[in-house]
Amino acid sequence: MTLPFVVFFVCALLAVLGALTLILAREPIHSALSLILVMVSLAVLYLLLGAEFIAAVQIIVYAGAIMVLFVFVIMLLNAGVEERTDYSQLAKYAGLALGIFLLLALAHWMAHSLIGQQIANGVGASNASVSTRELSAQLFQKYLFPFEATSILILIAILGALVLAKKDE
Amino acid sequence: MSIVPISYYLVLSAILFGLGIIAFVFKRNIITIFMAIELMLNAVNLAFVAFARAHNQLDGLVFVFFVIVVAASEAAVGLAIVITVYQNRQTLNIDRINLLKF
Amino acid sequence: MDFITQHPVLVVSLAKIVGLMFLLMTTLAYLSWFERKVIAHIQSRWGPYYVGAHGLLQPLADGVKFLFKEDLTPPSADRFVYILAPMLALTLALTTLALIPFGPPSVQWLGESTLIVANSSIGLMFVFAITSMGVYGVALAGWSSNSKYPLLGGLRSSAQMISYEVSLTLAVVGVVLLSGTLNFNEMIARQSGPFWHWNIFYAGHGSFPQIVGFLCYFMSAVAETNRAPFDLPEGETELVGGFHTEYSSFKFAMFFMAEYANMITVSCLATILFFGGWLSPFPESWTFLRYLPPASLLVLAVYLAYDTVVLARGIARIQLIVVTTGALLIGLVCLHPVALAVIQGPFWFLLKVGLIMFFYVWTRATLPRLRYDQLMSFGWKFLLPVSLANLVITALVKVWPLLVNHG
Repeated sequence: MTLPFVVFFVCALLAVLGALTLILAREPIHSALSLILVMVSLAVLYLLLGAEFIAAVQIIVYAGAIMVLFVFVIMLLNAGVEERTDYSQLAKYAGLALGIFLLLALAHWMAHSLIGQQIANGVGASNASVSTRELSAQLFQKYLFPFEATSILILIAILGALVLAKKDE
Repeated sequence: MSIVPISYYLVLSAILFGLGIIAFVFKRNIITIFMAIELMLNAVNLAFVAFARAHNQLDGLVFVFFVIVVAASEAAVGLAIVITVYQNRQTLNIDRINLLKF
Repeated sequence: MDFITQHPVLVVSLAKIVGLMFLLMTTLAYLSWFERKVIAHIQSRWGPYYVGAHGLLQPLADGVKFLFKEDLTPPSADRFVYILAPMLALTLALTTLALIPFGPPSVQWLGESTLIVANSSIGLMFVFAITSMGVYGVALAGWSSNSKYPLLGGLRSSAQMISYEVSLTLAVVGVVLLSGTLNFNEMIARQSGPFWHWNIFYAGHGSFPQIVGFLCYFMSAVAETNRAPFDLPEGETELVGGFHTEYSSFKFAMFFMAEYANMITVSCLATILFFGGWLSPFPESWTFLRYLPPASLLVLAVYLAYDTVVLARGIARIQLIVVTTGALLIGLVCLHPVALAVIQGPFWFLLKVGLIMFFYVWTRATLPRLRYDQLMSFGWKFLLPVSLANLVITALVKVWPLLVNHG
């Protein structure tokens, strides 16, 4: 049990526990906190996979900005406890069974996929971390157009949020 | 090749995605449903990063970057819509706001 | 002993962590003493002078008070989040200090550099990641207290923190452009030389002095750490106490320590990015300045000896005798060549950080508080455009030769 395996299993366990708490929590604020836990453990997994810049971006943007927005909205709207649905109970149990079946099917296909086996046979990969310099070279040369397009997208999102949140005079 | 086999990361990604779908279908609070969407996006990001390491290419990481950016703008606009819905219907339970009127 | 030589990374890391935690907790306590003394002297009064000589045992007395106070929990508070919030705030505030280099990486023990706990190639981004998570401590504290004033104070405080984070990050990107790296040790190495090579003045050919960047960074940092003049959400006369109203005893002490730890982090970052980190401001050829650290410690010991003999009585005298002997011993130990080489980097680093902390406390004592809407409009309408302009000008100055050649 070398250190990478231990770190992987601890983070995977934390991520799955966080996702389960998201489903099972009664208060929305507890769901938000468990989602933050999932994101942080995923950031550690990205570090294990050698993507350190993406790990930092995940914490800064996802866990440090998007989830703050969620927590703000939950606090402002004072979202109450989760209520029970008044629709059919049969649909609930059948749905749960089907959902779990979907989860297990996806996991099985991912574990035994053809790509997975090719990779397991060691089709070309090195163990070095990706440097920020290489990533930014790709981002500003090959993917320049999507980069500029997403900046316009962010501008439109800011305008949209401003217009929606403004009170009608 | 990372020491932990890539298929482990893919299985974790599948489990998180499945849990996200279950949360999306079963929860009744709009904000919690939104968080289930973010969970699904995160699961997909993990799969992208795992494949980027497996094929030793950077394109997967660039994709993750764009997914994070798009999720941010989507969360901003979506939560603004949620606030507007709350101001009009005074509830966050989707069972009570599934009719266009009332 | 075999264990030590077979696992150098583990042993050295543990030793560094333990040493850093010990030094950090002491520094946090004595930072409160420093602040009270400086504010008092600016306001023409003495500050703590009763508890121990020069009030030096005041932090100890405060610690005892915090430990023995009654620990109340509001009955309708969300218990899990209520206990989690100060723990989160303090943990995140202390974690950033693991990435700060206190000295050159050449100081090594068992083959590992000893003056930085985690030498990451994207250290700067991790520092920003951890400080951006610090918003949760404040927001969750305000929410979980289940009471009006903390909720309002928490929301205002966290909104202020996320607003000023943007201009904080942009003010620093100019420095990153000049350095071409996110690693702290390399950034400092590129500023090597006497003080006119520092990033704030002129960091080599084709670079724009980062004075505007430093000023934007400092103002954003003061707002980010919720310090005066930006401390409306937690001022006592405004919102009773803001997000930490309902916290008592040790949990309040944790918020208190978290605020000081954030101050230290931000000052350390400013030193590394703008003032050359652990580099000496004088040219390397002036080798007699290598004896400055032990010389200053011996001068301090002489002053304390004067105080012991002439001025103090009773417990204060005993305490001063202890401190004088301590200063004397450390000063004499530093005269040894090995210790002299080790202490050069941290001495200059701590001196610069101390100067920036003095500015922090000076601003607190001097300037009045900003109202919340003034604060937010200052952040979004002034600091953000100025930081962006600084970034654009720095980038233009850097690529100007390329533009001119191909134009």
